Amino acid sequence: MKARIHITLKNGVLDPQGKAIHHSLEGLGFDGVNDVRQGKFIEIELTDGDKVAAEAKVAEMCEQLLANTVIEDFSVEIDG
Amino acid sequence: MTAAVIVFPGSNCDRDVAVSLEAALGHAPIMAWHGDSTLPDVDLIVVPGGFSYGDYLRSGAMAANSPIMREVIARANGGTPVLGICNGFQVLTECGLLPGVLMRNASLKFVCRDVDLRVERADTVFTSQYTKDQVIRIPVAHHDGNYFTDPETHKALEDNGQVAFRYCAADGSITDDANPNGSLANIAGILNTAGNVLGMMPHPERLADPLLGGLDGAPMFSALAEAIAA
Amino acid sequence: MSATAQRPEDLMGLSDEEFDTILEIMGREPNFTELSIFSVMWSEHCSYKSSKFWLKTLPTDGPQVIQGPGENAGVIDIGDGLAAIFKIESHNHPSFIEPYQGAATGVGGIMRDVFTMGARPIANLNALRFGSPDHPKTRHLINGVVAGIGGYGNCIGVPTVGGEVNFDPGYNGNILVNAMTVGIANTDKIFYSAAAGLGLPVVYVGSKTGRDGIHGATMASAEFDDDSADKRPTVQVGDPFTEKLLLEACLELMATDAIVAIQDMGAAGLTSSSVEMASKGNVGITLNLDDVPQRETEMQPFELMLSESQERMLMVLKPGREDEARAIFEKWELDLSVIGTTNDSERLVLTSAGEVVADIPVPPLVAAAPEYERPWTATPPREVLGHDAVPAPFDLGVALLTMIESPDLCSRRWIWEQYDHMVMGDTVGRPGVDAALVRVHGTQKALAISTDCTPRYVEANPFEGGKQAVAEAWRNVTSVGATPLAVTNNLNFGNPERPEIMGQLVGAVQGMGEACLALDSPVVSGNVSLYNETNGAAILPTPVIGCVGLLEDVTQRMGAAFEADGDAIFVVGETTGWLGCSIYQRDMAGGSAGAPPPVDLNTERQNGDFVRASIAAHQINACHDVSDGGLAVALAEMAIAGNVGADIDYKPAIPVHAWAFGEDQARYVVTTADPASFEALAAAANVAVTRIGRVGGAALTLPGAEPISVESLREAHTRWLPEYMASR
Repeated sequence: MKARIHITLKNGVLDPQGKAIHHSLEGLGFDGVNDVRQGKFIEIELTDGDKVAAEAKVAEMCEQLLANTVIEDFSVEIDG
Repeated sequence: MTAAVIVFPGSNCDRDVAVSLEAALGHAPIMAWHGDSTLPDVDLIVVPGGFSYGDYLRSGAMAANSPIMREVIARANGGTPVLGICNGFQVLTECGLLPGVLMRNASLKFVCRDVDLRVERADTVFTSQYTKDQVIRIPVAHHDGNYFTDPETHKALEDNGQVAFRYCAADGSITDDANPNGSLANIAGILNTAGNVLGMMPHPERLADPLLGGLDGAPMFSALAEAIAA
Repeated sequence: MSATAQRPEDLMGLSDEEFDTILEIMGREPNFTELSIFSVMWSEHCSYKSSKFWLKTLPTDGPQVIQGPGENAGVIDIGDGLAAIFKIESHNHPSFIEPYQGAATGVGGIMRDVFTMGARPIANLNALRFGSPDHPKTRHLINGVVAGIGGYGNCIGVPTVGGEVNFDPGYNGNILVNAMTVGIANTDKIFYSAAAGLGLPVVYVGSKTGRDGIHGATMASAEFDDDSADKRPTVQVGDPFTEKLLLEACLELMATDAIVAIQDMGAAGLTSSSVEMASKGNVGITLNLDDVPQRETEMQPFELMLSESQERMLMVLKPGREDEARAIFEKWELDLSVIGTTNDSERLVLTSAGEVVADIPVPPLVAAAPEYERPWTATPPREVLGHDAVPAPFDLGVALLTMIESPDLCSRRWIWEQYDHMVMGDTVGRPGVDAALVRVHGTQKALAISTDCTPRYVEANPFEGGKQAVAEAWRNVTSVGATPLAVTNNLNFGNPERPEIMGQLVGAVQGMGEACLALDSPVVSGNVSLYNETNGAAILPTPVIGCVGLLEDVTQRMGAAFEADGDAIFVVGETTGWLGCSIYQRDMAGGSAGAPPPVDLNTERQNGDFVRASIAAHQINACHDVSDGGLAVALAEMAIAGNVGADIDYKPAIPVHAWAFGEDQARYVVTTADPASFEALAAAANVAVTRIGRVGGAALTLPGAEPISVESLREAHTRWLPEYMASR
């Protein structure tokens, strides 16, 4: 069973890396980009079991370690 | 009067701060390994600079979850002075002893240089040998030193007088040009509400020896030595 | 057996003759794994086949030398039971393909070379060469290389204290990234790579092995073409956190007496490390490849042997000490695996799944490695330019401002502020001027370190240029008051199969050898990087020297900043106004570059010894060597560093622009509060000194020019690099 976790900066938190990427994209001639936000993607292989319990467990991992909830939001998908 | 320096895998200013502590205390501090879940009785805990766990995931995040930090949190809550420098500051915010977070520098670049700091609080165990509004010169060396918190927390920090140091110009004025990393309100160091936990990005241990170009960091260590000897 | 009939299609860079030698050694056709091993061991990168003949001519001995070339790094005695261990190494090709990781792994690799020998690294330096600032790739390459050097060194916690940067269109398609590390060890705790002893466990420590950088060593031995970007997958990725753990774990294990031999897995990974250990120990080694910790699945024997995954070491332990070693490595959260044993076969035998997959006799693999005395042609001499051949500027002051703002002379602050240059708490001389100065922890001693090379001189006259690289590094170390002890060299050239390129290498090595001898600074370690060409265009010949010197009492250090108002300013050494190959000639005048300044090694020695003695005798207050840009630039740098001006009222007998910007060698600018005693000392030492003015005020006034405020000097000096890097 695989957990896919997206971690993104909360709305309103300045994202200097996203800003730099945005700037670079414009420099490369890609227009029509309104905003860029950079985040993290984490994959975790779990032993097979109850999907709901797994979801709760991964959310706890995010709260405790994977995300800093002062500035970051996270979302969890469980496959298989 | 003993001090402990917490050593994580990837800490690299542990020896530097131990040198400054030994000079001030007259004897070497205990070097406490991150995997230990107990800590001897000490009068001061220092969480040093470096790249604990390579700064992987987020600076300080994994160190904040190591066994010894549970003990550090307990001691801090019991009133033991705790000083976090650079990566140590990041660890203290990640483990919740201090509010806010240290984000990537606004320049996106690592910055290593001397900066001027304005002393905002001279009535703490850490800063009693400085005077309020004194301008001191201390080096910074970090990639993630951009202090950020939400407006309510920031207001509380200001209202409670929890800001210990701000980046300033040579004349003490708080300007954008003097801010090396984009920190909110030029915040360089903050205290907890009780005043016994200090986190700061600049490295006082790096200017505590005249051969290294200055002595402005030394009063912090002599103040701590004096406080815990009393 | 008909050798030619069985010749494989892909000889992996080996020549037909080399393949025939392999057939003789093996007595049969080598299998793919064996051929791969020969290919990397006999690559230019590992065998030095084009340069070895000439490298042997360099002086490598001296009473201060504990270990010269041939080990992971050179070792010199610095007294009181301490040794300095150092080396410089190139990571040019990987850095052009992927600048961040290329530079980062270059730094990681050179640090491993140093701590493998038992030293704690205390300083890193970098000699960098980029293409023209106008070239579309240059900015991206600078950004990546600087971030990579910082990313690795900052994380591991070793200060990056100095280096040099040049720009030239000659590096447009092939930048140079040369990284130097200096470490400190106890003289009775130095570790070598000879696996002497039979039945000893061969132990693998550090990161797991992946498919990183396979054939990196052969890539470093081939020219670039426009498809080089496709080679990206072979670039290794650095993990400074793991290296920090590996450093601490190795030093902890070295404090015991469990280690017989230790070798870093650098270029050509497990192959070169195991062959080296077996060869130096006159033993055989059998490795079971199934026991090599692996990060990827289904790795083939040749992949395991050639992988250049970073942060790995091979050790031979005393029997029965494996558990002690394992406990230390587990504490530092690192893998440790016993992968083989030593024996008396003198063969490298590899097994996998119970079968022998390679079996090569070690002595001929090493001894029969090719060595070529490649044909070479000397670089034709250039005419010596007279003062009139290089026109004077319209305005001397404007010319100075323009020059100190130029890419080659401007402040490197934008770069070194991205490096932690203070961690470890012993950086006494920060980056920016002359040699870096790093205290030996817990002592009064300090090491002065400088890297130098002036490629445009070497291009014009390889022999004089080779001498000059040594002389300038030696002079920089002297300027802070230290005694130069030894050097490491990094020879960066184009394709040695072209006689004119080979001629550059020969001339430069001969010049270096002569200078090292005259200046008592033997070569104790080094690296050669050839085939630095893109589409047939070679780089400027760039033989970089890294010099290490000792200052017994760090409190006696000398700075380059102007200090007290009223100090007299002297030039040590003769000023003839040599404008050939100068920065002024190149950037401000144009036309023929002419011959570079000659280096008189006797004068160099005499002037340097005099300056060092004057510093020790407390006769001078500031000292700076004169190099690129000449006297005027040296004076400007001293004024900026001290934030105080100077009035230069000397009336030169030669045209003033030649006096101000000429690049005569063996010169220093010094200041003194007691000019009479200083002149007397100089006369006694038979050294030419010229009093040219005095320190003071807020402006630098040169002969025949309007005063220039120190503030405008500083602005000009610091403007270009940050603005250039911020633009797009």
